[in-house]
Amino acid sequence: MKRHTISLFLTLAAFWLLNSGHYSTLMLLLGAASITLVLIISHQMDVVDQESQPLYLTPNILAYYLWLVKEIIKANITVVKHIWLGNESISPTLKTIKISQKTDMGKVIYANSISLTPGTVTIDLVDDEIIVHALLYKDIESLTAGEMDRRVSVLER
Amino acid sequence: MDIVINFSSGLCLFIGSFLCVSGGIGILRFPDFYTRMHAVGVTGTLGAAMILIGLMLHSTDLLVFAKLVMILLLTLLLSPTTSHVLAKAALHNGLMPKLSQNTLEQSSLDLKSKETASSKF
Amino acid sequence: MLVAATLAIFVAMILAIIRGISGPTFYDRILAVNMFGTKTVLLISLLGFVMGRPEFLDIAIVYALINFISVIAVLRYSDTNQFKHTPGAEPCNRKSTEKEP
Repeated sequence: MKRHTISLFLTLAAFWLLNSGHYSTLMLLLGAASITLVLIISHQMDVVDQESQPLYLTPNILAYYLWLVKEIIKANITVVKHIWLGNESISPTLKTIKISQKTDMGKVIYANSISLTPGTVTIDLVDDEIIVHALLYKDIESLTAGEMDRRVSVLER
Repeated sequence: MDIVINFSSGLCLFIGSFLCVSGGIGILRFPDFYTRMHAVGVTGTLGAAMILIGLMLHSTDLLVFAKLVMILLLTLLLSPTTSHVLAKAALHNGLMPKLSQNTLEQSSLDLKSKETASSKF
Repeated sequence: MLVAATLAIFVAMILAIIRGISGPTFYDRILAVNMFGTKTVLLISLLGFVMGRPEFLDIAIVYALINFISVIAVLRYSDTNQFKHTPGAEPCNRKSTEKEP
């Protein structure tokens, strides 16, 4: 709980300092007052926890982001290629895929990563199944092969 | 040094504009709603990222740089949520996608999505 | 290069607005409006640099948030009957809304 409060405080302070650009005493005091108010309100609402500040992800998330950026660039090139090739070259597919994540956070990360990659969109998430719409049948095949699933599961632990 | 930064910033802006125009062509050209969503995904992820990175290379001020990073993070965090909400609403309200193959799977999935739609709403 | 990128964004916005006007279903229109909003954020940032006034970036941040919230707010009502898609008929047209008491 304490760690999450400190993390939220640092995030809010960085947000204020980078957005304001005025560093006079009055402005800094007003900033401190508003940060304190937000911290009190979020404690009252009971939202400062593992879910809103997922600190346990920190050690592995950077490697995952780098891999995800690489995937996004590859998928973008594919989709742009098929935009210019025209309608005959695409094979839209809708499929239900089993996922292996246990926690809510893992499921959300996986579903959002799929949506963020152009060419595949998560339509629904029910228990341990997701419905995915893909521009190409090839994309569905690479999803069921499970590379992304495995990487998110590593992140989850 | 200045020339290198100017050149790479220009290159990023060029790639970004090309991706955005391609996404615009895609939204006009693709056959149905779900495929058009993928075209919008191109402009939302790499198109926006490339233009903002090009502007970041232009910026001299730290605050301006930080604000550009903030816009980039906001775009990348919000775009999957928007496209998921849009796709879910469309599927649950009975807009079926045009599929090229796996028609058997489509019919089984149709039933399933109706089940979840009736249970959710 | 900045001016050229601004013009390219303008072209993408025009293409999005064409889809928004001609879109066969209601969801195509929301998608086009969403894309138009994302492009507006980029346009505002680019114009800030073209005019040499990076203060425009604050407006761009606010616009990104407003764009997101407007799409979520419209789709919040997607479980009402007006949003039901029937093949061959335009959902949400004027006749079906007039029938509502």
